[in-house]
This record gives sequence, structure tokens and C-alpha cells, in this order.
Amino acid sequence: MLIETRNLTKQFGGLVAVNDVDFTIEKGKINAIIGPNGAGKSTFFNLVSGTHAPSSGKVFYKGEDITRLPSNKIAKLGVARTFQTTHLFEQSTVLDNVIVGHRLRTSSHLFDAIFRTKTYKADEQQCREKAADVLEFVGLTHVMHQSAASITQEEKKRVAFALALATEPEVVFLDEPAAGINPDETEGLIDLINNMIKRGITVCLIEHKMQMIMKLADKIMVLNYGEKIAEGTAEEIMNNEAVIAAYLGGDASA
Amino acid sequence: MAALLRKRVFIIGLIGLAVLFPLIIQNEYFLHVLTLAFIWMIAVYGLNLLAGYTGYLSLAHAGFFAIGAYALGLLTVKAGMNYWIALVLACLITSGIGFLVGLVALRTREHFFAIYTLCVGYIIYLVIDKWDSLTGGVRGLIGIPAPANIGPVSFENPLSQYYFILAFLLLTILVMYRIVHSLTGRTFMAIRNSEELAQTLGISTMKNKLLVFVLSTFFAGLAGALYASFIRFIGPDIGYITIIFDLLTYLLVGGIGTLAGPVVGTFLVVWVSQSLQFLQDYRMLIFGPLLTLLIIFYPRGIVGAFYEWKMKRTGKKRRQARPDRRKPEPTYAATQTSSEKKVKEG
Amino acid sequence: MDILTQQLFNGLTIGSVYSLVALGLTLVYGILHIPNFAHGALYMLGAYITLTTMLLWGFNYWVAIAISVLVVGLLGVLMDRLVFHQLRNAPPIHDKIAAIGILLFLEALAQLIWGADYRSMSTPYGEVINMFGLTVTMQRVLINVGAIAVMILLFVFLKKTYIGATIIAMAQNREGAHLVGINTNKVAMLTFMLSGGLAAFAASLSAPINLVFPGMGHLVILKAFVIIILGGMGSIPGAIVGGYILGFSESLGATYLSNDYKDIIAFLLLVIILSFKPKGLFSREGF
Repeated sequence: MLIETRNLTKQFGGLVAVNDVDFTIEKGKINAIIGPNGAGKSTFFNLVSGTHAPSSGKVFYKGEDITRLPSNKIAKLGVARTFQTTHLFEQSTVLDNVIVGHRLRTSSHLFDAIFRTKTYKADEQQCREKAADVLEFVGLTHVMHQSAASITQEEKKRVAFALALATEPEVVFLDEPAAGINPDETEGLIDLINNMIKRGITVCLIEHKMQMIMKLADKIMVLNYGEKIAEGTAEEIMNNEAVIAAYLGGDASA
Repeated sequence: MAALLRKRVFIIGLIGLAVLFPLIIQNEYFLHVLTLAFIWMIAVYGLNLLAGYTGYLSLAHAGFFAIGAYALGLLTVKAGMNYWIALVLACLITSGIGFLVGLVALRTREHFFAIYTLCVGYIIYLVIDKWDSLTGGVRGLIGIPAPANIGPVSFENPLSQYYFILAFLLLTILVMYRIVHSLTGRTFMAIRNSEELAQTLGISTMKNKLLVFVLSTFFAGLAGALYASFIRFIGPDIGYITIIFDLLTYLLVGGIGTLAGPVVGTFLVVWVSQSLQFLQDYRMLIFGPLLTLLIIFYPRGIVGAFYEWKMKRTGKKRRQARPDRRKPEPTYAATQTSSEKKVKEG
Repeated sequence: MDILTQQLFNGLTIGSVYSLVALGLTLVYGILHIPNFAHGALYMLGAYITLTTMLLWGFNYWVAIAISVLVVGLLGVLMDRLVFHQLRNAPPIHDKIAAIGILLFLEALAQLIWGADYRSMSTPYGEVINMFGLTVTMQRVLINVGAIAVMILLFVFLKKTYIGATIIAMAQNREGAHLVGINTNKVAMLTFMLSGGLAAFAASLSAPINLVFPGMGHLVILKAFVIIILGGMGSIPGAIVGGYILGFSESLGATYLSNDYKDIIAFLLLVIILSFKPKGLFSREGF
């Protein structure tokens, strides 16, 4: 087990967004979190990746308590994430957008930058290579030198993946990767996610597209009103009474 | 490669022109105006690094300019210190105060940051204006020495002052170029783009913002110190909000978040102001609306508009070479505006 | 004791003016999330228009104020349509710069039309009266009464009329307001109208006890920003309470601390507040 949460809870004012959730993310597998809108999925992501601090409960990464670490430190440990919408810098090229993703693995400072020291040159080279490498991995080599404003919505999703991968993560959290793209393109993303697993990267994703999840995920957790109502394989989830009642009951193909 | 070479030739040509200018046009008044413009450019570069590349609009920079100027003035006039030591100290004092202000100011964001720094700027002005025993209050500080001689080189005459300040400007530009085109610069821009994303990419946003803030106050302080030894007289009004509005105008006209912007904008606005001498106090009748129109239609100024035009041209060429990959994307415009709205309200 | 009551009355008077200006600023912020740096210029223009209509056409003080409120209100609407409406989807840094541009323009314009001289405004209410043992001018009493009357009117307007309710609705949730069929553009214009009118009214009331000059809005607007951060950006009761708190602390600070540094009080207050609460007092945590 790579990441474990214990009694994780987050309150906003009087509202409980995530309530007492225990979850484990298995190494080398595709873990998924599903649930209706407002079930607390994104908040759960934010808590694990350090974007928000939980009200109570704990998060462990490889057995180490990371509950109170800021998100940049968590990223350095090897936890990356994507957002539902990624703000790319439209005036720059795709490559330029991704280079900064590897910044956390470099050590050069302002002084090195101004005097163009050896450390700096090595770092710069390393970041460029990494960016080109991950862009190749997500299949964007052909648009690498184009401006970020000129690529398609699906290509932007892939750039977001590339950015996350450039941090050299052990686990990647994907926030609704297939939102806003068509079924053909979704197939492409599924291949990409499978390739990430092959590379030894653990994946945890939130998704609305049920069919995609059922086909893809090794392990699924269902959230409803901030609480975990089920956990298991796709088959177990499909046959779980509580899940059918709370979520699938109305529209099983949603 | 050819484009890079052309760019290099162009830049060397410009530097050459700046160096030769006083020899071609022997007019002391123009020399004075241009030297002053160089000083403003240095300050605008400081502001640009923070507002343009990191996205934090500081309205306190007139205050930091004044701190630099007064630090140099007081150290040389009242403490009788050697000019060069005073110059270094003035920059350090300004960035030291910048560090303390930044520590608190950078916890705030967007509107709060702008208002906070506006107030800090005003406090600096009021303190200079009211602390009579130290700063001389409204009477100002007179008799600030010119840069001390280095061996046989004297900085007493306008020509040597011109080269002296030009050298600092070129150095500033070089440093800015290297910062912007480095991983450090990319880090700043990632913060401007989305602080949340930058943080999850493992970037300590607070540390980097503080670094930018201190750097940018350093250049404001340097400009202020050079101003003091160039004009030889300073009053509290150099810290007043009108100065920050001037600096903003220079930056916006040239292009916020561009490297050439501060030079282009300052030069143009100063030049136009000179030709509009008769307007004097009323020049804001023109520059005020200009600022507003620019931000609506050309938010990245003259330089930004030029780059956009160039990018469109090369983009067109690429598209013609590779027409099959392009697909219409109806959802793009919609997601774009909604995400921007989020930024605005967040 | 005498000095204290006198200073408390002064604080009340200054606070009344601050509250009115801050109200206009907070209304616009609540609806459009724009920190309108040009609001101080509207305040300044309000004073000049009242002054000019009185001097030039010999209008009665109250008629002059009415004209000023109307003109400046319309100017606010114009600002919204020509500038802020165009920038509704731009990054937030653009609104601020545009507002600064307007501010610079309006100040230069005022200087062009009326010159840079300090002017005083005469008032029909210059007589000195004795009230509860206090010696005060009628004008100061008028400022307090006028401000409080306008605040009550505004409150009734926002709470009891349909149009007022749309403003409140939009301040709470812009998209929701749009969905239930509120014309958000109209509400925005109305808010700017109110905001400009309030600034003009405040300036016209306070001008006789202060001076009229192109830069007269600087300090007032800065302090109004302090007030709305103090009271919560967008909060109406906050603007009123904050205005009076600042008014009292300034007049007492001037007497008991230092007259020279009394203007600094507001800014120090703000610096201290934001140091501990970076999103202002009364910010809601999270979403």
C-alpha cells in the first residue's frame, strides 16, 4: 500500500465535505474514486495532495505521516496530480509549459541562473530532456514547439498529464481526466493510463464516466455525501446494495 | 538560427546607438532627459519582474524607489559615507525592507495585495514627509554628491553620468534576461499562471514570491539611489503615488511581462511627454485613457502586440504545413472564459 | 472631558463621510469584484460639480447636490459600460490598472477645468450652534444627519424594494442571479450609479469643512479601502461600522497621539489586520 488515509475529515464551516474516510491506494494499480456530484471526491484529492489541510484524520505515504505537509513537499515525495482544468500559459510553446514540471528535481538557484553556472546548465538540460521525454510518452512530440493556445482540448489534457509526469511521481492523481472529451479520445486516454501503470506509476483517479472506470480500475471507492459507502473491485461495486441505492439506482449507465 | 542572429545584430545596434547618442546629438537637455529615462527603466524592470512575470501588482514601488534615494542621500550627506559603499548599502537597505514587507504582503493575494501595497507605499511617503529631523521633511534633502571618482574617471559631468547610468541599465537588462530565460524565471511564470498548480508541481510559491519581491525592490532601490546622485536633490514627492502610476504607465505601454517592454514603454512615453511639454500637468489626460484602452485592447502593450502578430504569422505557416491535425474545438472558448472567471473570483 | 466630547463629535462627522464613500466602494466590490481605484476621483468630481453649479448658476445648495449626485452617478454608469464591462472576462490585474487609468484621467481633467488651486465651498449652514454643551457648526450636524438619513434610505431600498433585492442577490451569487432571470448588466449599472451618487453626496456634504482640490480623493479612497477590508469586502453594515471606527480612531489619535501622523493610523490598522488575516476580517474560510 502506497497511500493510506485514516479517519480523514474535512469541514467547511458547518458543511462536512469529507467524513471519516479510510482508504488505501495500492501500489502499481489503478485506484478510482466515484460518487455523485458534490460527494467530496475533489476535496478528498485536495486533502491527500496537501492543497487543503484536513480538519481531522491522517494521511500516510509509504508509512510516513504527510498530513500536515504543504503540497509542494508532498509533490517532492513523489505524489503528482492534475486538475480538472489546467491553466497553460497560452503564449508559450507546449514544451516551455512542461519544462517547469521538472523544476522540483533541480537545485540551481538565482545565482546560478544569473551567472549561468555549470550546475545551471546541467539543470536546464535535464529539465528539457525530461519535458521532451514525457511529451513523447503522452504522444505530443508533434506539437511540442507549437503554442499552447493552438492545441486541442484533448491535447491540453495530455499536456496536463505530461506536467504531472515531469515531476517524476510514484503516484499520480487524475481529477476527471476524461471530462469534456469525446469517446474516441477517451479510449486514447485509457491507453495512456495503462501505459503509466506499465511504467510503474500508481494511478488514482476520479471519474464520472462509469463505463471507463469499470473497465479500467482495479480498485474502486464510492463516496456519497462525503462518506465512504463501498470499496472493492468493479464487480463488487456493481453488486453492492448501498451503491445501487445511492448512486447507480437511478441511472446505471451514467 | 537566422532569426536569432538578426535579433543579436539588432540588440548590438541598439546598444551602439545608445553609446554613440551623446556624440551624435550634443544637446545637454536631451542627454539629461535620456539619462533620467534610463533610471526609470531600471525601476520599471523591477516592477515588471513582480507584476509582469509573477502576477503581483505592487503599488508600493514608488515607496521603495524613495527608500533607495533617501538611503543614499542620508548616508552620503548626513553620515558622510563614501559614495560606492552608500550605493551598495542603499540597495541592501531597500531590499531588506522589501523582505520584511514581502513577508507579510505576499500572504495576501490579488486585490488585497494591491491595496496592501498601496497602503505600504503611502506609509513610506508619510514617514518621509513627516519625519522632519531625519529626512528634512518637505524641504527635502540637498547636496547629494555625484558618484565618487574611480581613479581618473570622474562622474561630475552629464556625459559621464549618462554612461554611468547606461552601464547600470545594461547590467539590469542582462540580469533580467538571464532570470526570465532560466528555470527560476519559469518558476515565477508558473506562479503567475496558477499558484495552485505551481505548488502541486513541487514549487514553494511563498519562497519564490518572496525572492521576486526582494529582487524587484532591489531594482527599485537601485533606481532611486541613482536618481538621488543624478538629480542631487530629493523631496518626499518621489515616494508619492503619482510616481508608481508613472512607472505603471511606462510598463503598460511597453508591455507588461515582456523583456523589451520597460525600455520601449519608458522611452516612448518620456519622448511623447517631452513633445507634449505644453501639457505638463495635463499629460494624464492622454496617458490615463491610454492606459485604460491598452489594458482593454492590448493588455501586453506594444511589445506584446508585436509578438502576438509574429506568433500568428508563424502559426499560420505551420498550419499550412500540417492541415490534417487541426480540428475545430467548440468547447475551448467556453472553458476558457469560465476558467478565467474562476481566477477572478478566487 | 470637553475635548473628548468635541473629538468624539468630530470622529462621528469624519466617520459619516468615510462610511458613505466606503459604502459606494463596497457595493461595487460586492457586485463586480472590482476594487475601484477611480472611486476617489468620483468623490472629487462630486465636490467640484456642486461647487460649480452653486457659483456659476447660483443654485441652492441642495439643488446643486442633487445635480452633482445625478451627474457623478451617470459618470459611474459610463465607467462601467465603457471600461469594466469590457473587462469582465479579463484577469483581475486588468481591472485595477484600468481603474487607475480612469483615476489619472479624471484628476487631470479636473485640474484642466478648475485648476490646481485649493478652493473652499461656502455653505448656507455656517452658523455656530450650541448643542448638549458642544459648540459646533450647523454644517457638521448636517453631515451627520444627512449621512445617517442616506444610509437608512439605502437600507430600505436594498431590503424593501425589488430592485434593491436584485442587487443583494447578485452580490451573493452572480451566476445564480443570472439564472433566475436578473439582468446582471442592469444591476451592475445601477450599482455604479448608486456608488457614484454616494461619493458625490459625501463630497458635497464634507467639502464646506474641508477644501476642494484635484487630489482631494486620494486619502479618502485609500481610507475607504482600509474600511472595507476592515468591515469585509462587499459587506454593507461592515462599511458603515468600519467608517465610524476609523473616524473615531483618527480624531482621537489626532488629539492624544500626534496630529502629524493621524493619517497613518488607518494604514497601520490595515497593515496589522492583513498581517494576521490575509483575506481581511470577516473572510469566510474555504469556499
